[in-house]
Order: sequence, then structure tokens, then C-alpha cells
Amino acid sequence: MELSKEQIREIIAKRVAKELHEGDYVTLGIGLPTEAANYIPSSVHVMIQSENGMIGVGPTPRPGEENERITNAGGLPVTTVPGAVFFDTAMSFTMIRGGHVNTTVLGALQVDEEGNIANWMVPGAFVPGMGGAMDLLVGAKKVIVAMEHLAKNKIKIMKKCTLPLTAAHEVDLIITERCVLEVTPDGLLLKEINPLFSLEDITSTVEADLIIPEDMLAQAA
Amino acid sequence: MPAKSVKEGSNLKKKITATEAAKLVKSGSSIMIGGFLKCGSPVKTIDALTEYKTGGLTLIANDTSYPEHDRGKLISNKQIRKAIVTHIGTNPETGKQLHDGELEVELVPMGTLVERIRAGGAGLGGILTPTGIGTVVAKDKQIISIDGKDYLLEKPLTADFAIIYGTKVDKFGNVYLEGSTRNFNTVMATAAKTVIVEAEEFLEDSLNPNTITIPGIFIDYIVI
Repeated sequence: MELSKEQIREIIAKRVAKELHEGDYVTLGIGLPTEAANYIPSSVHVMIQSENGMIGVGPTPRPGEENERITNAGGLPVTTVPGAVFFDTAMSFTMIRGGHVNTTVLGALQVDEEGNIANWMVPGAFVPGMGGAMDLLVGAKKVIVAMEHLAKNKIKIMKKCTLPLTAAHEVDLIITERCVLEVTPDGLLLKEINPLFSLEDITSTVEADLIIPEDMLAQAA
Repeated sequence: MPAKSVKEGSNLKKKITATEAAKLVKSGSSIMIGGFLKCGSPVKTIDALTEYKTGGLTLIANDTSYPEHDRGKLISNKQIRKAIVTHIGTNPETGKQLHDGELEVELVPMGTLVERIRAGGAGLGGILTPTGIGTVVAKDKQIISIDGKDYLLEKPLTADFAIIYGTKVDKFGNVYLEGSTRNFNTVMATAAKTVIVEAEEFLEDSLNPNTITIPGIFIDYIVI
């Protein structure tokens, strides 16, 4: 099954949105994770925490209505929703590291069976910096990795990450365009398969040993 | 009955120009500069510092911004010897100088950087954080176990100067910060020998005490 980049991103962002629940405070990473906010149903009230110092991030302002004093962690102008609040970086990371943010969604270069994640450096390549990612991973109650299943046909779901870690044993859920995996003490549990793909499409594109429920095996047989 | 007039003296902060502020900074100084990318940066003072070409500086900031903006200009102008920051990805010039060996970069997790500065300003000997355990950030650092959980000992951070942004600053040095401009400006005000706040708007009057983000006690100079 060949999907375009846009299709892949939309599938992942829509699936991530389902993990965000009424009343949650959520911090979304830059890029694909931020797109998930576009798919939260209007009946579900989620407050978005932005690490640079606000809760209650609203949609992008209309051209001409930007306020340079109200930006998100990507430095882009945003609006506020009712209930919004501004604070400094110390307060922001008290929320993040202190376990007050319900869910964080981040991208990854690699994840593994033990819930380890590598998403900040490739040895020998330019390293942009970890920003707030290490704190988010350590502190958020639930860590969701939202990423493309493969990186230019290279496997990203590993037995053990080979790239330098951003955090150890912190990932709870992995969402790709092909599947949803839960990190359990026994390894990666296959929770869902995108109907566009077969079980074989999943197992052949991960290095990790997956725990596959009986019904999925039966369906594939 | 008219209110008793209060004697105003040394608690009024000195007003200076951006150029005068830049002159205070000697080459080789360590400077904290507020701002998160382009939001909430003391741009006039940075521009003056750029004109003065003060070199060999250690920059402590969230990021090195963009090559043509605020803190990024100091990088482009090769005035920074070492940068202690959380992110350099938006400034290719930082990456280039790092690669060419002209600039040293210490990357620090954002929550750790802000708490190191807070510790420096609050008279604490350091902080214990779980962030960075099991990663390269933990290299050569002491790990301390508290009630069975491992933490990294991260040391306090102070500087010769802090140059911060204020949306409104009164003559007592009290600062009001609007929107998401607070970022590192608040903690940096507490952690440097000399603290300079750049006022977007200066008030000869006093701010409402209920709306003050940074108390004037931390401030030495106001750039107007």
C-alpha cells in the first residue's frame, strides 16, 4: 500500500487525536504531533500546553491579527482560547516535569521494546538540541510517539535503540500510519492494524518482537 | 487627607540608553539574554551590543534564535565564544561555527536550564532532576538516589549580566510581561551580578503592584 506523505500524516494525526480526552492538558511536539490538534472533535475540550509558557493555545490567527507577544514553542503566532493562561519557563517545566501534563505527543527517530526513545541526535550529523523534549518525556503522565512507520524504508521500531536516547523507559504508546503499539512490561503489544495494511506489513517492518493478540493472528491466517 | 509623600531614593533604578548598556558589557563576560526564539527579547540592547562588537562572550539563553534576529545576530557577528542553550536548530550559523570549531555549544534540556538559573538566583547549591538519566546528558554528572529514584545533580548557573525584556517597566524597576514573553526573562533577572531590563514602555509612574511579573529588587538598569 503506497500512501503519500500527506495521507500518512493525516492518518497518524487523526489517530493521535483519539487519544486526547475531555479535560486533558496536552503538550504537542513541533510538526506532526501539532497537526493532531486539528482533528480533536469540538465536543472534546482539551487544553494545549505550550512549553514556551502558555496553556490554552488556540488556532493560528488570521493574517493581520497576529500578536508577536503570543507565540507557540515553534515561535509562530497563535491565539488563546477561554481559560488560557501565560507563565514563565520555570512554571512551564514545573507542569511538564512535575507530572501535571496528562499527555505529550512527540515524534521519534527510533523507539524500542523497552519504551526507550531516540529523537534528538544522530552522531556525526548536526544536532539541533533537545529543547524541552527530555523533560516532556520524563514528566508527562502518558507519552505517545507519533511517527511515520519507516524512515525512507529504514526500520524505526527496534529491539534496542541504536541512536543516543532522549529518555529511557518513558514511551507508553506508538502510533504510526500502519499500526498502534502499546509498550508493556513484556514488550510491544500490537493494539491495532490499519486495515490498509496486513499483519505481515507490520511484522516485516519492525525489528522488535511484537506481542500479537490471538484474534489478529486468526484474522491474518 | 492627602497621602503622605514617600521619599524616593536609591530604589529608583538608573535609566540608560541601549548604547550605555552595551558599554557596560566587557569582552569575555557571561550574559544571560531573555527570549524564546523571537518572542520577548531585548532587541535594542542586543543591537547596541552588536554595534559595539564586544567579543568572547558566553551566552546563556533558551536558543540562538535566527541569524538575522536578536541573540542570533551576536552569533552571526562572531561575538559568542560559548553558548549554553537548549536549541540551536533555527540558526544555521550556530551550527556552522560549532562545526568549524569557532564556537563551543553546551546543550541543556530546557527544564534543567531554567532550574539551574533559578538555583543560581535563589542561592541554591544545585538541583536534582530525573531529566537526562540514561542519556548523554548524564555523562560525567553525579547521580544521586533519593528514596530509590535516580536524579542528576545539576549545578547552579549565574552570569555577569542578564539582559532581559520588559513590556512595561516602572521607575522602580518593576516589570510587567505580556503574553508568552515571560519565558526565561523572569528567572534570568534573579541570577546575574548586573541586571538590565529593556523597557518596551517605560512608566514614570508605578505599576499596579498586583500586575507585576518581576519585582524591581532584581533590576539594576532600565534601558529606555
